[in-house]
Amino acid sequence: MAQLFEFEKPIAELELKIAEIQKFSADKGIDLSQEVSTLEKKAALLKKEIYGNLEPWQKVQIARHSERPNFYDYAPLLFEDFIELKGDRLFADDRSIAGGIALFHGMPVTVIAQVKGKDTKENIKRNFGMPHPEGYRKAVRLMDQAEKFGRPILTFIDTPGAACDLGAEERGQGEAIARCLLATSGYHVPVISTVIGEGGSGGALALGVGNVLLMLENSFYSVIAPESCASILWKDTTKAKEAAAALKFTAQDLLRLGVADELVREPQGGAHNNLHQTAEELSQVISKYLVRLRLESPEALRDQRYQKLRAIGVFQETADINNMLDSDVSTES
Amino acid sequence: MFKDIFRKTKYVTIKSGQNLDRRPSEVVPQEEPGIVTKKELPDGLWVKCPKCGEVLFNKNLEENSRVCTTCEHHFRISATLRLKLLVDEDSFEEWDADLKTQDSLDFPGYDEKISEAQEKSGMAEGVLTGRAKIEGVPFVIAINEAGFMMGSMGSVVGEKITRAIERAIKLRLPVVIFSTSGGARMQEGILSLYQMAKTSAALGKLAENHLLYISVVTDPTFGGVTASYASLGDIMISEPNALIGFTGPRVIKQTMRQELPAGAQTAEFNQEHGSIDLIVARNQMRPVLARLLRYHQEGARYGTTV
Repeated sequence: MAQLFEFEKPIAELELKIAEIQKFSADKGIDLSQEVSTLEKKAALLKKEIYGNLEPWQKVQIARHSERPNFYDYAPLLFEDFIELKGDRLFADDRSIAGGIALFHGMPVTVIAQVKGKDTKENIKRNFGMPHPEGYRKAVRLMDQAEKFGRPILTFIDTPGAACDLGAEERGQGEAIARCLLATSGYHVPVISTVIGEGGSGGALALGVGNVLLMLENSFYSVIAPESCASILWKDTTKAKEAAAALKFTAQDLLRLGVADELVREPQGGAHNNLHQTAEELSQVISKYLVRLRLESPEALRDQRYQKLRAIGVFQETADINNMLDSDVSTES
Repeated sequence: MFKDIFRKTKYVTIKSGQNLDRRPSEVVPQEEPGIVTKKELPDGLWVKCPKCGEVLFNKNLEENSRVCTTCEHHFRISATLRLKLLVDEDSFEEWDADLKTQDSLDFPGYDEKISEAQEKSGMAEGVLTGRAKIEGVPFVIAINEAGFMMGSMGSVVGEKITRAIERAIKLRLPVVIFSTSGGARMQEGILSLYQMAKTSAALGKLAENHLLYISVVTDPTFGGVTASYASLGDIMISEPNALIGFTGPRVIKQTMRQELPAGAQTAEFNQEHGSIDLIVARNQMRPVLARLLRYHQEGARYGTTV
């Protein structure tokens, strides 16, 4: 039985009732198809009502669902071939970031993806999807190759955040992420980033500097985990639900804020309910943008990515002094 | 113990936590490491060093660039004092001072937080940017203000730093950034997060233009600022004992149940692990920067003057 959330219980109860009636009907040979049909309609309405109006915190729960598809689930469905390449050549191979060369709609691409485990054992192996510096350095190594060989880069974001232990500090976690940001901003190849689950802070952003940012419908992408935000704001981690609403981090919020470019539809209730359907949607949307970006010149791609970043931020500006300054600026020094 | 035997009790002694009630107005509560002092300049004449416990005459501390005269502990200083200690007199031209914060996410309590920070720090936002000279050498400077919401980076801080870097490219000037920050500013959500990418991308352009970037990482620098502009210096400088890291010590302790060894995340620790080039005492910062800036002046580059 799949992990069930509190808000899904009314649906589960109704479905259980339908199953019971069907069984009763079969056992006793009584025709109850009328009743079943009524209840099924009711269930469909209820699902539409519940899944169509998910609150931010409920989306967090879906994005963190233990059975939510991870990169390794999507890989065989998105790519005709995937050759995983390992290691940062400096310290180790990080298993919370996978990378390699793949064939996407017949075209070689470089793929970089964060990977969470699906059970405790795998999660320990993958450090719960929290990359260490060597993961980000592997990403830069492989993306530099993509630039060298003119391959588009596809990144997939799914992490609670970068690793936060002594080893990460010793090996320069901050620098590793910063280098990722700097490197990605300078490439002349198309970069498409997709948030497939959880986008946790700087650790996620490291793979988020794309020409295009896509988000799965029930994914979220935040400056801080809602639990940590609640702990800072209200000294109470149980208020994560309120923090989730305040942070405006759902896919829909990011689309509205102009940070995300398009949302990728998920089956009702979340990607885990139909992996193939989600992969198909994902494939189509990525392909659409890739076709478009491939028409641009290398310089234009790079410039577009810079301008996209450049435009993010909201503030007020009063004077024209700065414009004057900018026109003056080339003269005296 | 022995000390007590020889102690003349008629002397006034000020010890932490014991005799504080005697002269309450003259003693600043001990700073917790990782937390900025509430008030940099206490009304009183005396300041207690958080490191060695020595009670210092405030005027002497000022004269010593707010570095403890006994143990050389570097007190945190405001952006304006930093500027004053560093650059040639009257050489500073401030940029983008009119950029104003906007509560774009309608975040609980943000407007109040901003007003409080403005009052406390006397600054409009968490960074001061512009151009200045050190020993006659022009450069672009940015200084984070720890007293403004812990120097956190929201849209205004990110935009001011990015514009400063972009103008440095136009003017063909080197950039020096003094960071001190808790990281990306939570109250502006994803917009704050992307300031990390924005500032890093601008530094990428600066590098392509063969212009120098010196990052001076001061106490404390953490989170999204460490994971962006603060870590990208051609030359990485810090002050003695400054705390620098990605994750704060308290969070590491809480989430990883890991106790950090003594001295972890200090400038010295970072230097030992290869992240910092130079640890420079505050009173040496000006001459050291002057030398480095001079060695990178346009004419010094082999082959072409561009």
